[in-house]
Parts: sequence; structure tokens; C-alpha cells
Amino acid sequence: MQIEQIEILNFLKRYSPFKELPDDLVQQTAMQVDIGYFKAGTPILRFGEPLQALYLVRSGAVETYRRNGVLYNRLSEGGIFAEQGLLRDKSVIFPATAIEDSLIYFIPAECFELLYKSDEVFADYVEIGDTQRKKAGVLSDKNSNELMSSEVRQLIGRSAVTLAADATVQQAAQLMQQESVSCLLIVADQSKDAALVGIVTDRDLRNRLIAAGLDYQQKVSVVMTTELVCIEQHQFVFEAMLLMLRHNVHHLPVLEDGKVLGIISIADVIRYESQNSLYIVSSIFRQQSVAELQSLSTELASCFVRMVNEDANSRMIGAAMAVTGRSFKQRLLELAEQQLGPPPVPYCFLALGSMARDEQLIVTDQDNALVLHNDYDPLLHQDYFVALAQFVCDGLAACGYSYCSGDIMATNSQWRQPLRVWQQYFTDWIEKPDAQRLLNSGIFFDLEGVWGQVCWADQLNHQIRRQVKANPDFLACMARNAISRTPPLGFFKDFVLENDGQQNNSLDIKRRGTAPLADLVRVHALSIGCAATNTYERLVAVKAAGILPKGRADDLLDALEVIAMVRIRQQAKSLQAGRAADNKVKPEELSAFERKTLKEAFQILSYAQKFLKFRYPGGRQ
Amino acid sequence: MFYLKKQELKTDPLQLLSNNWQNTMQQLELSAKDARLKAFYQAGAVAADTALQEISFVALDFETTGLDPLHDGIVSIGLVPLTLGRIQSSKAQSYLVKPRVQLNESSVVVHGITDSTIALAPDLELYIEPLLQALAGKVVLVHHLPIERAFLYHGVMSRLKEAVVFPMIDTLALERGFTQSGLKGWWRQLTQQSLPSLRLADCRQRYQLPPYQPHHAVTDAIACAELFQAQVARHFSASTPVGKLWS
Repeated sequence: MQIEQIEILNFLKRYSPFKELPDDLVQQTAMQVDIGYFKAGTPILRFGEPLQALYLVRSGAVETYRRNGVLYNRLSEGGIFAEQGLLRDKSVIFPATAIEDSLIYFIPAECFELLYKSDEVFADYVEIGDTQRKKAGVLSDKNSNELMSSEVRQLIGRSAVTLAADATVQQAAQLMQQESVSCLLIVADQSKDAALVGIVTDRDLRNRLIAAGLDYQQKVSVVMTTELVCIEQHQFVFEAMLLMLRHNVHHLPVLEDGKVLGIISIADVIRYESQNSLYIVSSIFRQQSVAELQSLSTELASCFVRMVNEDANSRMIGAAMAVTGRSFKQRLLELAEQQLGPPPVPYCFLALGSMARDEQLIVTDQDNALVLHNDYDPLLHQDYFVALAQFVCDGLAACGYSYCSGDIMATNSQWRQPLRVWQQYFTDWIEKPDAQRLLNSGIFFDLEGVWGQVCWADQLNHQIRRQVKANPDFLACMARNAISRTPPLGFFKDFVLENDGQQNNSLDIKRRGTAPLADLVRVHALSIGCAATNTYERLVAVKAAGILPKGRADDLLDALEVIAMVRIRQQAKSLQAGRAADNKVKPEELSAFERKTLKEAFQILSYAQKFLKFRYPGGRQ
Repeated sequence: MFYLKKQELKTDPLQLLSNNWQNTMQQLELSAKDARLKAFYQAGAVAADTALQEISFVALDFETTGLDPLHDGIVSIGLVPLTLGRIQSSKAQSYLVKPRVQLNESSVVVHGITDSTIALAPDLELYIEPLLQALAGKVVLVHHLPIERAFLYHGVMSRLKEAVVFPMIDTLALERGFTQSGLKGWWRQLTQQSLPSLRLADCRQRYQLPPYQPHHAVTDAIACAELFQAQVARHFSASTPVGKLWS
């Protein structure tokens, strides 16, 4: 039979992915197309609407948007849209509006599915498409959470009350009473653009003035806090929350371009969101025994699930989980010191790996270590620190942070050493790398002090940055090591395709995804002497340094988010189903959409690994 | 359609039609003798105040042997159902018809339908029933109403000895209204500008609709349907009563 829809057929034959179709399929498609005309400015698809067709721009221009209204894509003649929604749950993910008078072809969903199933090229096209499309994978379902997406400036209720530094404490208290505020910002002088020099809170007056029995006529500068912890107005509320927790402060000046916009207090944040990791953290510090702490670990799991369901991104979840993990350690150390008495010499408890990178998830083993004062004498002090390490590691295990299979724990005497030994370790590793030392570097070079003399951790970090920069050979070895774990080649409905053609039914997404990505980014970060430990922050710094080809850093940022979110969602799913979460991902349990974006993310990672190889061709290994 | 010069039609019954198609169709039903026509009229017409968005339309196009409805015949018919939101090109239909007059060369050049193509095609009479069924109860869209209406009228008259008329919307007449009436038309007259072309392709261009190969019945019907959607989007609204547009 002669096809009547000649113009439709001719059009389809001009554009991918239709022009690649065999003749009979493209004819069949042309015969099923319906048409609609949309005047410029009229919506074509609204978010969440059921989808019955794939949309193809016949003429005119169309824009698709993210849910928050940000432009997602602009399409002209021959462009398709709504394929993501069809691949997922047949509802509109990206609303679309005609920006010019447009003629749109509707290709029925059944027809789309037939093409998708029967034609590999078509499936690849709609799955992979242009790199722009992968970003969709970062979007997740349902409503976004206010706390996660709100900026701190929204919390500022009133402008900050300021006082010059030469005023007396009594004047400060009177001003606070008059303005009924619980804190004042102290500025250098009366002038309009005076620099911010400190902050005075109710607590400062109590602790530093009244308790110390000082005169009311003291200068306010005597009692103010000068180490200001501030936040930029565009940062998120959750970041403010984490900042308060980390520095144990209740007020944060909010800055815009270095100028104070206002102050937010912990009460503002709490009012904003009443159920979150903040509560878990604060209750951690109220628990009086390991057994009590242990009871909180189930709440931690539900907090994790809640964050996932509330659309938090991987950074927020990673940071919240890391803060909680840090708090567990801190409380356990407090309890240990209560039980064992004060330490005979100062020490610093180190968190390593994912927690130090603020990328901790719910399934994680404890990687930790102890840095002891150089006066440490094993004969005198060893028993104390063995007991301390044992207490903390057992406590962590009880709270769900399983023992490290590689024995990277403070209980291992190798990782319970004075500062100078640690410094020597790092020097040896960097100057004379071997397989084991490189492995160690990968773990220990992401370190953070969580308790005690945390400045030692900073010292060690500084040493790493300095020595690595001076030893390019070490970086080359590290680069080699970073590409030893590769992502899989492909991803199909029910199996993972390996590079050697082997098929597996599941994938360890940590080993094959997040870990190699973190390794790769660490090498780049060390090469530019970046101080950050978080992979995201490192990538941003690497991007700014311009050492990657244009656009690749952004691709990696997207890939990082996609891979991390798939891992996070899988874990949340397991927890919700009452199973223990792990890092195994089975392709059949992913949506077509997730498979598609994950596949692209792996391709980006694979490309980045090749680039790393190209950048560090040598290596002494 | 390809002959857009206004035709002198000797078909007086066609000039009598009122705006009240609902009423007219009821009366025609009473006077119709042929069962096919009776059934067609029975399906009736919508009320004149029905909003466009509630109406089922059919875009219709004929290719013919020439320009005279009295002597020339239909060689192909294209039909496309639509609503304001969707042109159902997937449900397009076409009929190839063997005319009772010889194909002349000049028309073959236009529509490309040759003697050999229609050698085995049936007479229009065989298509009267499916055609009327496809149009029953619908509002029919054409580009240049006098020609299409007259060809169908005479085609049916010569075979059934009965008249067939029904409500139609003429996208050409609508376009003439947009381009020649009001201030714009007055200005054109004043400055003695030539009138804008009302050919289907030229009308479509004013709405940024893509160019199509003309003179293929289904393509022309789709083209007409797209033009209508664009006209309504620009000049009317979904709630405009159909009585304002049809004739």
C-alpha cells in the first residue's frame, strides 16, 4: 500500500533517530504520527502530565525546562522531546513550551516503545542522545525539600544589630535588651563601612564576663568572639546547619560580597526544618553510653532514607552522614575519656577516607587512626591509647560502622603513632612509593581531625600537599593506581557488560564507580595543591585550575552526582525494604532512565581515566 | 486545490444556505430520498454557538480533472480528521476516483495522477457512502470552499440526482478576512497595493508553517488542517463559536 503521509515520511527520513530506521519501520512510524500546532508562548507539556507520545519538532522552536523553571534544552526542527518521561514512568519530566509558532509531530507511545525495543540505533539515540541529556539523571522524583534547596538569605529576619568595638560591655547588654536580640556584631568603628571584628552573644556575656567576674565597664572587645564563622547569603540552609554543628556556634553572620546582610541563629534553622540530621547529631551528644548511642543508629538509617526521599543531592547526604559519623566518634571519645581518665599526652583522632571527604553513606566501615604527641612513650602511655582505640572502634562497630577489613583503625599499632612517625610515613610514601604505599596514600591522604589536636591533621594535610607537588613521580604512580579500577563498559536490562565481554548480573558501584572517580579526582587535586578533601569541591578547584579539557570537569561533576545518587537510592531502597544496604547494584532493579544515565556517567569516567593516563604516561610501576 | 480564481457557480441552491446549519440539516434530512444521504443528514450539525474546541472537524481536499465543477470530475479525495488540539494524520484517508471525463494533460501535470493510475479506480458513486460516513456530524474544512462544495455537489447530483450540502469552514475565506478587512485592508486599498496571495502555500507561510509538495489530496488536507489550527491560534480562540466561521 502506498503511504499517504508523504510529507511526514519525508521529514522523518531527514532526521535522526528516524533516518537510520529501516524503511518499513520509518513508514510505519510516519503512518502513526499526529500533528499539533502551538502558537509561540503556549505550553506544550506540563510537569507531571501523563505522556502518550514522543514529541518531534516539525517546525518552529521549543524549550524544555527543569521543574524549577531553569532552561533544560532548546529544540528546533527535527528535535525530539519527552523521551525521558516515556522511558521512565510516562509522565512529563521536563515541561515544554513553544517559543516560536511550532508544528509538532506526536509519535504515539506504543510506536516509540516498538522502535525502542526493536531498533538498537534508535534505543541508543534516545538513551544517550546529546551529552546535555544526561543531566536529567540528577533530577529525582517528587517534591524538593525546602531545607535542601533554600538559601540562607531567606532565613534572615532582620538586619544585624551592630556596635562599635570601643563600646562597653554594659552598653552592649543594654543594646541587646533594647533590640531584644541574643547577639551583636562588633564593628571596628562607627563608620558606615566599618569592618566586622567580632560577635558577642548571650553566652559570651555569661561565660566571659559574669562567670569570670569582670567589670561591666570593660570594652566589649574583651568578651567578643573574634574567630568569626560566617556564611555567604547564597549558600544553602543545610550548609548553615552543618557549619553551626561543626563549629558549635549558634549564630552565623550572613555575608554578601563580604558585607554583613544579617544574622541567622540555630533557632531560625530549627524553625525551618524540624526533622533532620541536626536532631540526631544533637541527641548523639546527649547519650550516656555506647548502648544508648547504638539505639540511635536506626534513626540514622531513617534520616538517610528521609533525605533521599526529600530529594537531597549526594553532597547534602554525604555531608550530613559524615557529620553524624563524626559526632559518633566525638561522643565515643568523650565517653572513653570519662571512663579512662584524661589522656596522658595530647592526641588527635583522625577520620580517613569517605568520612574525611564528607562523602559518607549509610554503609561504611570505619577508617580511623590516632596521631599522638611526640612525647608519647609506649612504655608509659601505650595501655591508655590501646584502651581508648579499642573503646572507640568497638563503639563504632556497635553503632553500625563495621570494623575496617583492611585493619585501618586506631586499634592497629601501625596507625597509632606519634606525629613525627606519621610525618615520616607520609614522606616515605611520597618519596618511595610502592604498591602498598600507594594504596595507603589513597586512604590516608583524605584525612580529617575529628577530636583532640585537630591542628595536627591540618599539619599533615599541608605536608602532603607540599611534598606531593615536589614529587611528580609520585603523582604519576598515583595516577596509574587511580585507573586500575575501571567502570563497566555497558549496562543492559539485566546484566553488566564488562570490558572483556563478560556479563555479570550485578555491579559493585562503589568499587567501579564512586571509588575510582574519587581516586581520579584526588590525583588532579593533589597536582594543583588543592586543600579540599571533598571530591565535589576538589573537582570545582580542578575546573578552576583549567587542567582538564574544556567541559570535562562539568561532565565529571554530573557523572559524580549520577553515580553517587544511584548508589544512594539503591541503599535507601534496600533500607526501606527492610534489607541491609550494600553497594551492589543490579541493572534489572534500575529504571531504564537510571540505566541510561548511569551508562553515560560511566562513559565520562572512562574517558576521564584515559585522559589521566595520557597526562601521566610514565609512572615507575 | 489548485484553481483559486473565484468561480462563477451556477449552483444557486448553494447560495441559499443560512448560518443555522442545525436547522438546515434537519430540513434536508426530511427531503432526502437516498438512504445514504438521509443517514448523513440525520447525523446533523452542531449548534452555531458550539465552541471550536468541542468540535470534530474533517479537512477535505479534492484533486480534479479541471476547474469546471459542472463538467470536470474528481480524481482523488483526501480526508483528515482533527480537533483543535490534534490533527489525526494517522487516520487520514484517501480515495482514488475514476472520473467520467478524460484526464486532460494540464491537470495531470498538476496532481500527477495519470490514466494508468486510475485505470482500475472505481467511480465516485462507490465512495459516496464511505465519504458521507466520514463527514457525518463533522464540520468540514477546505481551502477555497466554492470549488470543493460545487465539485461534491455536482458529483453527487449527477449520480444520485440529489443535492448534498453541509457546513464548511473555508481557510481561504478566513485568510482573506484577516488580510483584506479592517485597517490593514483599508491601508492596502489606499496605497493600491496588490492583494496578498491566498494560495494555500502562501497562507501557510504567514504562519511559519513548512512548505509541502502541493496537489496531493491527503497532503493538502493536512496542510489545510494545520493552517486552520494556526489561524485559530492567532486570530480566534478555542471558545470562539463555530457559527462565526462556517458557511
